[in-house]
Amino acid sequence: MTATVGETPFRVLPVVDDDNRFFWTSGEDGLLRFLRCDGCGYWLHPPSPRCPECGGRRVAPQPVSGRGTIWSYTVNHHSWDGSTEPYAIVLVEFPEQHGLRLTTNLVGCPADAVHIDMPVRVVFEAHGSIWFPVVEPAAEEV
Amino acid sequence: MDAVISGIGQSAVGRRLFRSGLDLTIDAALDAIADAGLTTDDIDGLATYPGSYPMPPGFSGPGTPDVQDALRLRLNWHRGGIEGAAQLSALVDAVLAVSAGLARHVLVYRTVTESSAQAAGREGIGLSGGGGGGGGVPKMGGSLQWSIPFRAYSAANWLAMNCRRHMHEFGTTTEQLAQISINGRRNAGLNPKAVYRDPMTLDDYLAARMITTPFRLYDCDAPVDGSTAVIVSAPEHASAVDHPVARVESVGTALRGRPSWDQFDDMTTMAARDAGAMLWERTTLTPADVDVAELYDGFSFLTMVWLEALGFCGRGESGPYVEDGTSLALDGPLPVNTHGGQLSAGRLHGYGFVHEAVLQLRGEAGARQVAGRPEVAAVANGGGPVAGALLLVREDGR
Repeated sequence: MTATVGETPFRVLPVVDDDNRFFWTSGEDGLLRFLRCDGCGYWLHPPSPRCPECGGRRVAPQPVSGRGTIWSYTVNHHSWDGSTEPYAIVLVEFPEQHGLRLTTNLVGCPADAVHIDMPVRVVFEAHGSIWFPVVEPAAEEV
Repeated sequence: MDAVISGIGQSAVGRRLFRSGLDLTIDAALDAIADAGLTTDDIDGLATYPGSYPMPPGFSGPGTPDVQDALRLRLNWHRGGIEGAAQLSALVDAVLAVSAGLARHVLVYRTVTESSAQAAGREGIGLSGGGGGGGGVPKMGGSLQWSIPFRAYSAANWLAMNCRRHMHEFGTTTEQLAQISINGRRNAGLNPKAVYRDPMTLDDYLAARMITTPFRLYDCDAPVDGSTAVIVSAPEHASAVDHPVARVESVGTALRGRPSWDQFDDMTTMAARDAGAMLWERTTLTPADVDVAELYDGFSFLTMVWLEALGFCGRGESGPYVEDGTSLALDGPLPVNTHGGQLSAGRLHGYGFVHEAVLQLRGEAGARQVAGRPEVAAVANGGGPVAGALLLVREDGR
């Protein structure tokens, strides 16, 4: 999960603050992180200061495996940002917790190769200090 | 709750009208006030969705201070806001205000000028919004940071993923989805105020350009300019008007899952599930009692979601339900989006459906009037984590 992607499309950048900085800079060491509750192990996304499951106050960024599957997807054709190349927007579900999902992009294959249940792995696309977690196809047997 | 819709009004509706939102709102408001047999002196409540809101251009319409001042209203109660049970939150709040005695006649309005705003050369999607920008690089904060930086700019992108999941779980097809658009267009042909009235075939639908799979152009509603207003009154007022009123029998405002487009537990139902369930928890009526349904179609798929959420068909069964095109039609078992919906009549953003439901209950829908004097109408607004529903019952006036 250390690979980064070379091509960098136009991206609106996130407004980074103390709550989300860990997420948007996490890719610097090649790992995707979400907040996790120290007490009960629940993964929190989007970031929140307290665990909604157990009320625990000790939540901290923890890495996930970076492996996941495509829960749903759309191949965008309309030019919203000046680009005319179709691209795949995907909703990835991570095995660490049912319902822990991230909207992102599928790279490293033709956009129309995307399908539900496709195994993927996270790679990062760097834009300055921001590391966008995107996904590429993973070997089916992994 | 105890309130009725005693009057309705609407401005001109169209593409590129190049009139101000306040100008259109005044037309709709005066129309609704007169229809309710009132004058501006009688209006003591004012409500809108979303109120002054910075983006995207043309989306919000005037805020309540602008309308209060323009009409010189003397108000006991007023509100504007974007959070709540979708666009219908303003109307539901008005019902609550009247029921609680805070106001007797509330003017509720929704105004859009998105067509003119987009024609003026600005993007419909505000890429520079969210604050914290600078240096010419657009930035996005808040909940939109989880979609827009991944080039999921539009609700079209977000809901396309919900639709794809529905197709995956239930076998829903593009041809079934098309029936929502085709039905809307057929009905729009009978609505002089609809913006797109030419007949549409399945081939026309399939030939349109892809926006974001599986949504083609005609799965996405049409931005327009226009204002819709309704008057929510205390029930006694029913006897003072010369037409039937629409009593608010029940509302659905529930949100029982996570308030998120991509973290909501069931992508195939979204929050419509919760609003629909609540609507029926608060009435002795059942889905079989509904005579006409005006179900949000900002995207075609949302009408299918609402058909399921309101129990007009089973969960996951909206595809087969709509497939042969007759079940939604004006002469079908449950006429849906009788004015053309937002897909063909234009995105009046929720309140076009309210206006149409009241017209149908009053028997004033002209060439598209549903036969048999409809008595019960369902109205639904919203998609993703925002959802609101109304059940309206005709009550004859004097």
